[in-house]
Amino acid sequence: MKNIFAVAGIVIKELYRRKDFYVLFIVTILICVVMASVNIFDDKQIIRYLKELSLLLIWISSLVIAITTTARQIPAEKENRTLLPLLAKPLSRTELILGKFFGCWFACGLALICFYVFFGALAASREHHWPLLNYFQAAFLHWIMLGVVVAIALLGSLVFAAPSSNSTICFVVVAGILFVGKYLDRVALSLSEPGRSIAYSIYYAIPHLEFFDMRNLIIHDWPLISWNYFGLDVLYALAYTAFFLIAACLVFRRKTVN
Amino acid sequence: MRSTRPIGLLLIALLTFCFGVAACLQPWLQSLETAHGETGNVFQTLFGDSRRLFANSFYVKADEYYHSGYYPTIFDNNEAFKTPHMAEDTGAVTSHNQGDETGFMGAPRDWIDAFGRHFIPNRHTHLDEGGPSDDLSDTSDVREILPWLKLSTELDPDNVQTYVVTAFWLRQRMNKVDEAELVLRDGLRNNPNSYEILFELGRLYHESRHDNERAINLWEAAQKKWLALDPQAQKDDTLTYDKILVNLAKAEEESGHWQQAINWFQEAKKVAPAADALQKQIDELKRKIEAQTNTPAGAPPH
Repeated sequence: MKNIFAVAGIVIKELYRRKDFYVLFIVTILICVVMASVNIFDDKQIIRYLKELSLLLIWISSLVIAITTTARQIPAEKENRTLLPLLAKPLSRTELILGKFFGCWFACGLALICFYVFFGALAASREHHWPLLNYFQAAFLHWIMLGVVVAIALLGSLVFAAPSSNSTICFVVVAGILFVGKYLDRVALSLSEPGRSIAYSIYYAIPHLEFFDMRNLIIHDWPLISWNYFGLDVLYALAYTAFFLIAACLVFRRKTVN
Repeated sequence: MRSTRPIGLLLIALLTFCFGVAACLQPWLQSLETAHGETGNVFQTLFGDSRRLFANSFYVKADEYYHSGYYPTIFDNNEAFKTPHMAEDTGAVTSHNQGDETGFMGAPRDWIDAFGRHFIPNRHTHLDEGGPSDDLSDTSDVREILPWLKLSTELDPDNVQTYVVTAFWLRQRMNKVDEAELVLRDGLRNNPNSYEILFELGRLYHESRHDNERAINLWEAAQKKWLALDPQAQKDDTLTYDKILVNLAKAEEESGHWQQAINWFQEAKKVAPAADALQKQIDELKRKIEAQTNTPAGAPPH
């Protein structure tokens, strides 16, 4: 565990040395502040459009941070020729993968804390109340979902040749799941065999990331979701994260590192 | 080390040149826009006619907000949402909705669908009836649809329905009568032949400003605009015409012009789906006129 957290610590330090997060955070704030200054029929209490925009930017930013940070971890170690010296230390390949995963995931968590604190402040400035538990559920599920994305990107960084191709494929896959993942069964119904079976197989196999998207509930002030379903949702994500991490460890174990 | 002075001077010269060209071109471009009848709308310049597509998307988005996010996607059965409910509830639009609005999702198809429904809005509500909280004491949350409606009107200034819906909610739930009037006047500027906007403006004067005379004038103007439509367009929207006439009749009745009210009711009978109810009102007014005629001299006036 000590080795894993040592590697994770380095990844977190890398995030706050790089400028990606700061740029995305400042751009999000600027866009939200400009949109908040728009006068809509002299009503200062209109907030939901602003919450929607803010959450959309937070989701895009978090996915950019998660995928780009993770996709370059192993290739950068190879390129800088630090991978072999690293593995020469008492550090197994599995520990390295887990360290990289936890580093990226925790780094995303830190970024999310900043984003959601800003979001809460923005919403409270007009709504004058803090539904803290709702925000906690939304932010936590968002973070858990990023765990799956980080694990996918980590596996991709071992399979694909370059970080750019890995990032692009990860973005397409994640966006595809988020936008059409839950409708794949209906798409399957309109197809003929073997397309139907393939679409159904994909529908049941993919991690349904839309389970973690609570934006509509937060924007429109819906009540809390049941904690039982919240717990099941977390378990669902952890299962997929474990699957992709085990796959990454198996691929990395057989991979030549020089 | 090479001096940067020549580069600096070159940059200043280029900047001066660019400024000069821009200053020369600006009046020419402006005259060109005026010649093409363009109003200088940013969205028109950026999107051209495709802005109408965006305008419609934002109009639908407003209806999605009206339902607090519980709204069919392109994959769902949207038969019950053909006419936006936020427009239907204003009473100014003919509804084309059919089917079950509360259960467009149908029964869960599998465990993924059933589980996923716990993380999305899953109940049919309207913002003017309290939204997800069902709190009828606070119906002003309907204000949240306004940004999308405003954006929609700016993208497509020719869509009459957007002005009518925006003005209705501004007036009815936000008590912003002045802002509602501004929206309708803006709509009338862009659509001078719109009887729908004139009708809504009449309602504003009648219900919110309690100015019967101006309301009657506006509804009479609306009636004339409707009569100027081609026969097919008239056939398509008899509902609004019926409302214009019935409102005119009631306003005349309130003003004590009973014979004029009877005339409007009789006109409305030609297009109204419930002609019997109108006939009862006509009979009632005739009785009133008769009673007034038979009132002996010296009796208190009506």
